[in-house]
Amino acid sequence: MPKDKIDEDVRVGVFICHCGSNIGGVIDCKKLAEYAETLPNVTHSEDNMYTCSETGLTAIRTAIEERALNRVVVASCTPRTHEKLFRECVSEVGLNPYLFNFVNIRDQCTWVHMKEAEKAYSKAMDLVKMGVAKAIKLEPLGMINLKINPVGLVIGGGVTGLSAALNLSQQGFKTFLVEKEDRLGGRLNSLYKLFPHDIEASEFINALIINVKNSPNLEILTSTKVKNIEGFVGNYEIEVDQDGKTHILEVGAIIVAVGSSLLDPKGLFGYDGHKVITQYELEPILKNKNLNAKDIVMIQCAGSRNEERVYCSSICCMTALKNAKTIKEQNPNANITILFRDIYSPGTEYEAYYRNVRELGVLFVKYDELKLPNIEKKHVRVFNEFIGSEMLIPYDLVVLSTPLVANEDNKELAQMLKVPTEANNFFLEAHVKLRPSDFATDGVYLGGSAKWPVDISEAITQGYSAASRASTILSHSSIEVEGATSYLPEFNKSLCSGCEVCIKVCPYQAIIKDENDEIKIIEALCKGCGVCGATCTKKAIVIRHFTNEQILSEIYAFGGR
Amino acid sequence: MSFEPKILGFLCNWCSYAGADLAGVSRIQYPPNIRVIRVMCSGRVDPNFIFEAFKTGIDGVIITGCHLADCHYLEGNYEAVTKFDMVKYLLSKINFEKRVRLEWVSASEGNRFAEVITDFTNQIKELGQSQFGRKNQDKELLQKLEALEMAAGSYRIRALVGRERKIIEQENVYGEKFSKQRFSEIFEEALDNEYLRHRILLSLEKSPKSVKSLAIELDANSKEILSHILVLKTRSQIVMENIINNQPIYVNIMER
Repeated sequence: MPKDKIDEDVRVGVFICHCGSNIGGVIDCKKLAEYAETLPNVTHSEDNMYTCSETGLTAIRTAIEERALNRVVVASCTPRTHEKLFRECVSEVGLNPYLFNFVNIRDQCTWVHMKEAEKAYSKAMDLVKMGVAKAIKLEPLGMINLKINPVGLVIGGGVTGLSAALNLSQQGFKTFLVEKEDRLGGRLNSLYKLFPHDIEASEFINALIINVKNSPNLEILTSTKVKNIEGFVGNYEIEVDQDGKTHILEVGAIIVAVGSSLLDPKGLFGYDGHKVITQYELEPILKNKNLNAKDIVMIQCAGSRNEERVYCSSICCMTALKNAKTIKEQNPNANITILFRDIYSPGTEYEAYYRNVRELGVLFVKYDELKLPNIEKKHVRVFNEFIGSEMLIPYDLVVLSTPLVANEDNKELAQMLKVPTEANNFFLEAHVKLRPSDFATDGVYLGGSAKWPVDISEAITQGYSAASRASTILSHSSIEVEGATSYLPEFNKSLCSGCEVCIKVCPYQAIIKDENDEIKIIEALCKGCGVCGATCTKKAIVIRHFTNEQILSEIYAFGGR
Repeated sequence: MSFEPKILGFLCNWCSYAGADLAGVSRIQYPPNIRVIRVMCSGRVDPNFIFEAFKTGIDGVIITGCHLADCHYLEGNYEAVTKFDMVKYLLSKINFEKRVRLEWVSASEGNRFAEVITDFTNQIKELGQSQFGRKNQDKELLQKLEALEMAAGSYRIRALVGRERKIIEQENVYGEKFSKQRFSEIFEEALDNEYLRHRILLSLEKSPKSVKSLAIELDANSKEILSHILVLKTRSQIVMENIINNQPIYVNIMER
């Protein structure tokens, strides 16, 4: 049969998988292989019971060598599970892995058209035809090899950052710890006791700081701010400013552990800093044991879980319980009432703590978001949701449980790191469940209250987690990143109008204008989404492995042209 | 025999392609008309692909991506929306707007994938075979499709599409921020203009014509045609070839 050969040098081998009866039970794979042989540039075609079995893989390798194939198409299950296997198979006999193309005739064909075998067969024919058409246009690509500088940077010297830095240095990595304040410790420096074991915060944090300071390969920079970040995974150059002096830190991975800030309580429930204070202002008073109040009312969710700040700050319930318990210990005759909306005391220890505080005689009154407590001259007026009527509670001191809020300079740091923040300005992880310690940008990790208010044990866990994720990069001398990136070929440079639309649509800031005012794509940063190429006003940018030519060849193979 | 439409699907690798696989794993049956092209992101679908697909006689094109705010590439699907809205608006000029669809299907929505494909296939069946797939092609309609494709591919339109989100969400180079509605008004006017200009160019490619005969041929008023002729002249896409009966005759000088 005469064939419409597009390019004599392109020799495609097609392998049709029966997948037992998954495909073979619905369509005639032998006939499909015979059809494939009639397609342009196909010089070899066969059907296999299981192409992914050792027998099938051997058949591919043999055909590549004996029939001098330079493209391989496998029509079987789905690239999501088997592309890697077949790519490895073809590269074992010297074929570039990007010259392999996958055709999905199981998950998206025989499995979903089981009762329409004839139509499933003609769909499979089209899919193979499209797959071959694309295969003909495939080009060999190299993975991008990046050297890794095995040095870690931790931004933030609070409990999360200290834990992360200590962990990294204990794994043997040179680590920089940058803290903007003049001392390490962060929020813990201003706390008295820590729930649930009521140890003193200062004892705990000082022990941790001593460990960090004694760590041999850990360099601490206090009073230091991050000024600029350049580079990409494995190769970051960080400009920091330490009291007016500039240092350049060269690191391979970055951990963001910047923590959070206190909410300015002005305007909340008549806050005045004397008779109405916050939990954080109560801490030093308790530490110095000079609380002059007998009737104390605490108000939970003060400034959170409302329209302005929809989130739960997660630590305030336990903080209030802890401070109530401390007051009771210092003055058993104190009357404490906690006005709450919901009490959050997860797990066995926190729940036991809550019960213990109730047993100490602390009263809990539930209020509704729409009927906020009112601070009057001598009483707190509150609508008690349990009894369904208003109460007047006398007070000497009102303590507001205000939420932790995102740092004001988070946006600035996020822009330098090229990572996102969420609606409340906290840092946003790559995926809440699948990649909770990662950013979408490779080589940058996060933990602690930078992404959400967390308590101490959670902060430590997340610090360790971020350090462990960073070590997956730092422990390699080099890493390979996806070669299917976008690029601006030399021959297309004259097309570029410099409109910068590509820079605007790139979600990874992988496109810049270089010193010659020319568009430059930093391939190590590119994830290959292809949006720049689809948007490029001059169609000058090429998306490797998904080029316009390749996709159009699939369209024409189906539509006929 | 009932009409079996040719449907092309662009599926993003991370959500929709996985959703389609899940439909398979769950053995959820749907019509076998769709042929899938896997792309890494729904934002990768160049508007050009859709016009090219219709030119080959494909009856319907569906693009599926991750749900908004769930994009594997952070915001690629928002870029898919701006491109799709532009294509859909242009296709409405030849009543093809119902032949394209943009849907969000996550990796866990095998059911939804099957439902979306079933619904779209039924919709295309109801619309019937595309005029471009028929033996006797409507030449004028094909020329309109060509003009639409060229308008969508023009620098001005691609630049507007590429900048749309920044202009609406942040600001343009003059520091102005536009509402979505205001932007749409300006954008649609630009699309109308570019479409007509490319129809003029295509017509002048065949033979030199006067403003008056262009107006008759393209069913537009002479004043409008003249204003576009002036723009095309300044863009050096056409020149005046000669004057017949006191009327200037223009010709397309663009190389294709």
